[in-house]
Formats: sequence, C-alpha cells, structure tokens
Amino acid sequence: MLPLMEREAVDKNHWVTKEEMLDIYTMSQCTPGVIAVNTGTFIGRKIGGFFGAVLATLGVISPSLIIITLIAAFFNGFADNPYVIKAFFGIRVAVAALILNSTIGMIKKGIKNAYQIGILLAAALTMIIFNVSPIVVILVAGIFGLFFFDVRTKEEKENE
Amino acid sequence: MNKFLLMCFEFFKAGLFSIGGGLATLPFLQKMAENHPEWFTHEDLINMVAVAESTPGPIGVNVSTYAGFNTNGVLGGILATLSLVLPSFLCILIVYGFWQKYKENEKVQRTFSALRPAGLGLIVAACFTVFKGAVIPDGAFRWTCLLMFIIFFAVMQIPKAKKIHPLFYILLAAVIGIFLPL
Repeated sequence: MLPLMEREAVDKNHWVTKEEMLDIYTMSQCTPGVIAVNTGTFIGRKIGGFFGAVLATLGVISPSLIIITLIAAFFNGFADNPYVIKAFFGIRVAVAALILNSTIGMIKKGIKNAYQIGILLAAALTMIIFNVSPIVVILVAGIFGLFFFDVRTKEEKENE
Repeated sequence: MNKFLLMCFEFFKAGLFSIGGGLATLPFLQKMAENHPEWFTHEDLINMVAVAESTPGPIGVNVSTYAGFNTNGVLGGILATLSLVLPSFLCILIVYGFWQKYKENEKVQRTFSALRPAGLGLIVAACFTVFKGAVIPDGAFRWTCLLMFIIFFAVMQIPKAKKIHPLFYILLAAVIGIFLPL
C-alpha cells in the first residue's frame, strides 16, 4: 500500500517531495496505529489542514469499508454452506503461511540489533505462554525503552 | 455500557496500542475474539485476514468494518472503523505542529525503538495462534494441513514466487479444501 501512496503523492500529484515522504513514513512509525492510515492522515494534514487530514483519512479507509461491507453482506448468506466450510479449512492454512511469510519479511527489515531481537522474543513468548493482554506488553516495552535501556542502533543515536 | 459503545471503545484501544504495519492490529483482534466471541470468533478473524490479504486495505481496518457490520449493520461497520483510526488521527494532529522536533526527540526515539520490536513480537505470537488454528482445527491435529502449510510456505520462499499475489494462494487453498480431504 505504501508504494502506491508514494506514487500518488510524490510522482503523480507532487503534494510532497520524496524526502518529505521518507520523513512522513518515519513519523507514521513513531505514532500509534496502522502505518498506511497514518501516512494518509499526515499527507492530508500537510496539504489541506484539518479538513485535509479528515478527508485523507476517510479516503484511505473507505475502500475497505465498501469492499468489506459488500463481502460481509454477501458472505453471511453462505457461511453455513458445507463447501464454504471445507474451502475455509484450506484457506486457513494458506493464511497461516502468508502471514508467517510477511512477518519474516517485516522482521528482516525492522529488527536491527540483538537488543531488539531480545524484546521481540520476550514479547512473543510472554504472549504465547502467559496469554496476557497485548496492551500490557506494549506498555512494558515502552517504559523499558524510555527509562531503562536504549535499544537504538548506533546510526539511530547519531542521527539525533 | 451499551454493547455497541463497548465495541467502539475496544477498537479505539486496538488503534491506540497497535504499532507497525498491516498486521499490527491482529494480536489485539485475537484478544477481542477471545473476550467477545459474539462479535467475531477466531475462525471469523482468520477468514477476514484471508479477505484482507486478497483485497486492498489494512487488515485492522477490514476486520473492524466486518465486526461492526455483523453487530450493527452498515452504520456499525463505519463507526467501528472510525473508532480504530481515531487515536492515530488525534496523535498526528497533536504532534503535527512540532513534528520535526518530535521525530528527533531522544525520548520518542527511545520509546519507539523498543515498541516496534515488541509490536513485531506480538505479531509473531499472533502467527503462532493462526498456525495452531490451521493445523489443529476443531481441536484435532491434522497432518494433511501441516503438510499443506509446509508446501505453501516453501513455495513462497522461491525468489520467483515473490511476485505471486496472495489471492492466488488463497484461491488455490480454497480449491484444495473443497476437493481434497484435509
């Protein structure tokens, strides 16, 4: 989704420069929420103020709203069909493989040193073994990073 | 509290604490499925991930639309989705005026450099749950599902297969599910 947004905002419409787009991307990673939606909100705010932000955010979420509403309305009629049930046995396996594959991709891109691997493993194992609330894991990790241990890479510290 | 307001509040929390890309909301949605199976079940959630992988749009947005729709119709879908994006929307408006300083602030950087791997760790745990649901459906282990998982995952590692759209795998898996006894 991000390459598509970059093409629209930078190459086609020249709303932001390529450098600004990188900045916006960094910014979207330093705010809570889904990166693609954040990027949209940010670009909207930049070119159109408050209403720009509102419209851009609505723009980013409306395809999902429309498509999923249609699919949900349509699919609910078939949910008990034996063939649909069988199909979903297979689909669930494909989904497991797909998300494992994209998670490995995200880890390769996003994890930069051994401390970050440590946090990742601690968070994953805490969830799997103790089944706590993910909110607790996020809060503990944030407090740990802010007050107790700096897990940034050397480059990140130099960029300050 | 009104059931529907409660759901909006849960999606607001998911939006506030999920950090990262499209899958970041998944662990929070799994928790919701565990606590409120009347909104959507673990199985519904995986089906929705399948839809989300095949259509444009982030998974969190898709699933909140779906859950809202099932609870309260079209309006329900819209309000649940707005609840999910509201926290990040507000955060961006608040920091916008000083975002250069915010981005370079040491405390912000320190916090998020720990939050991002933690968010990824939550996704790893979410993957594990989805994997369990795929190979142990209905509480009974099926080695055919495990074998299918291994084959699908192995194919995805082939460099030439990187360009295959997820929809292809999902449709193929649906056909396998219908015609082969999994």
